[in-house]
Amino acid sequence: MGRRAMSKADACAAILWTGATLYAVFGGADFGGGLWDLIAGGAEKGERPRARIQRSLTPVWEANHVWLIFILVVLWTAFPEAFGALMSTLYVPLALAAVGIVLRGAGFAFRKSIESLPARRAMGAAFAISSVLTPFFMGAVVGAVADGSVPAEGNGDAFSTWLAPLPLLTGALFVATGAYLAAVFLVVDSRRDADEEMEGYFARRAIAAGLAAGALALAGIFVLHADANYAYDRLLDEGLPLVVLSALCGLGILVQLLRGARRGLRPLAIGAVVAVIWGWGVAQFPYLLPTSLTIGESAAPGPTLDSVLIVFGIAAIVVLPSLGLLYWLSQKELVGE
Amino acid sequence: MPPLDALLLAASESNLLAARELMAFTLGFHIVLACLGVAFPAIILTAHWLGLKRGDEDALRLAQRWSKAMAVTFAVGAVSGTVLSFEFGLLWPRFMERFGDAFGIAFAIEGIFFFVEAIFLTIYIYGWKRLRGWAHFWSGVPMVITGIGGAFSVVTANAWMNQPQGFTLDAAGKVVETQPLEVLFNPAWHYEVPHMLLAAYMVAGFLVASVYAVGMLRGRRDRMHRLGLLIPLTIACIVTPVQIFVGDTAAREIADHQPAKFAAMECIQETGPNQTEYIGGICTDDGVKGAIPIPGLDSLLVGFSTDTVVTGLNDIPPDERPPANTLLHLSFDTMVGIGTALLGLGAWLAFVWWRRRDIPQTPWFLRAVAVSGAAAVVALWCGWIVTEVGRQPWIVQGHMRTEEAVTEAGGIWFAFAGIVLLYTALGAGLVLVLRAMSRRWREGEDVAETPYGPKSDEQG
Repeated sequence: MGRRAMSKADACAAILWTGATLYAVFGGADFGGGLWDLIAGGAEKGERPRARIQRSLTPVWEANHVWLIFILVVLWTAFPEAFGALMSTLYVPLALAAVGIVLRGAGFAFRKSIESLPARRAMGAAFAISSVLTPFFMGAVVGAVADGSVPAEGNGDAFSTWLAPLPLLTGALFVATGAYLAAVFLVVDSRRDADEEMEGYFARRAIAAGLAAGALALAGIFVLHADANYAYDRLLDEGLPLVVLSALCGLGILVQLLRGARRGLRPLAIGAVVAVIWGWGVAQFPYLLPTSLTIGESAAPGPTLDSVLIVFGIAAIVVLPSLGLLYWLSQKELVGE
Repeated sequence: MPPLDALLLAASESNLLAARELMAFTLGFHIVLACLGVAFPAIILTAHWLGLKRGDEDALRLAQRWSKAMAVTFAVGAVSGTVLSFEFGLLWPRFMERFGDAFGIAFAIEGIFFFVEAIFLTIYIYGWKRLRGWAHFWSGVPMVITGIGGAFSVVTANAWMNQPQGFTLDAAGKVVETQPLEVLFNPAWHYEVPHMLLAAYMVAGFLVASVYAVGMLRGRRDRMHRLGLLIPLTIACIVTPVQIFVGDTAAREIADHQPAKFAAMECIQETGPNQTEYIGGICTDDGVKGAIPIPGLDSLLVGFSTDTVVTGLNDIPPDERPPANTLLHLSFDTMVGIGTALLGLGAWLAFVWWRRRDIPQTPWFLRAVAVSGAAAVVALWCGWIVTEVGRQPWIVQGHMRTEEAVTEAGGIWFAFAGIVLLYTALGAGLVLVLRAMSRRWREGEDVAETPYGPKSDEQG
């Protein structure tokens, strides 16, 4: 962080980004599982992949979902002005994402607990379709922020702010990234269960989704350039190492998948996504809403920021080990249906 | 341009009403599930503990079945709670913008509690197959603690809206300094938090017991039904007298600190001593119509003496008086009435149990338990109506009016209509799923998989 000492507000922004990263990786993968469920084919053809997806998702999706609450809470507590501006401008995609969250969660929970096939189908459809739409709208929100379309005073245009090339592209990128992460995680889970058929099934899908995500990310850079966006210069300057890192992770995973090797798949996939998110953060630094509101301008008073930092410290001590325990138990299949 | 001004004013008033209705509806839906999230774990673990301690297979199976039901209610509660987080910003952006740095602190803490609860709830619910006995029991205990912590955080945020403190405003009304501990431990937390926490245990206890009472009324008198009725009912009945004591304290605190809310909910028009307590009736500017009056009782309840002076609405500026006084008054009376009736139900059970070590044998007892769950939910809603409508026209008492906080976005009535449809489907789906689960259990579907028995087939 070179020349400028990191302020409390910067630290809170870093916490916000950490939450966003964890949500994008784990929550994103859960949404991606929904996409593969959606396009798995008819009840008979899609039975095995759907069962695999359900087994992997069931014990973790609710815990992963809490990162979204974490992001909202940190945003409104540490950066209330940015939260108000975001919410009063991008309320259309945000409301649609909220509806998607309801349908996704309820659809998934209900589907597991009912028996009649038509009802299961309906619930499954609610789960799977909203698993695609929700990350799309969230991506559109992020894209609109990166595009510099959210005015600091809020009440920006309800539609033109996000019905624009960069937000729509970012929405698609979110969907593709989730699908890519999900497919990679499912490859590893299938391998653990020695299910070669599903391993190959998801490996092919991981390659396809990885290529799609890579292409969308590249297209995003071109759109940034065409818009003469603030973030473009910084992304290819300070952010360049992260862009390169992401590309290398993406290439590495492609090579591993094509060779049929399985080593390092998960870390590489996670690395590719983490690098993109932090690349975005670096690119729009020091703005929270480029180029109308900086991190410092929108920050809450010092004691509130201290509270957020303390809460995050406690979370790191309490929540992360608990999450680790949950992941460990579910990987060992000590929890499951 | 008077016509345009009038139009804008009408639009903003309509937005305010739509936003308030939407918030009330979604909160009313969520709060029932939140009660289950807070209190159901303790009920389940009580059955689990009994099962392990006494080697009671029925109690263990109840704990297992309840945890499966909780998996579904918790999932729906998690998403309906997320909707509320969005709504804070979507419906009240000006409120969050101005006061998020104070109001938000409690929620930051809630985030941790909710996280840990979600994690251990998952471990507990999906641990029945492979975690063993007491280790499994202990994996569930964090749910109880985090449920209490989560309830504290959320309710103290609401308490802060009622009695805000711990912040300094500049001339423009912007928060420039905060004292987080003052925010968290505001003057209203010490009665709002226990009142809601106990309400959660009452709602969860009576609700679960009512399901088994209905089953017993239909002739299912097996041991499982008896236990399924008794465990949650006992917990709820123990909590009820404490709740009435806490509620009584809360009412006095409100009389002291939020006199407008108190005057509205008790229909007190003129400040003075020797206030009449009105039971029921309709509030009008000239007093209460159609109520049962008890002279002096209101003053007596507020200050333990009929000489106690109670503030009337005449001393509250007209633009700071809560709306819908009849609604407030009847909600308050309904809450108190249901609480008292549930206290009577508990006394009935305690008396018969003391004499005969058994539940009362008359079907009227089962009928009473069967409606107690719905009654507890109604009391819960009434209590929140008193708290929230009674705080109006303020969103932050004394500092920000709700009309200043509301969004300028259009289409809130459409959103309201859409959410009503969505939540109706959600609620119906939830009930259907729970009924289908209980039907399968009745047909003995899970009997094969005895908890902690010999490892059964891998198929779930």
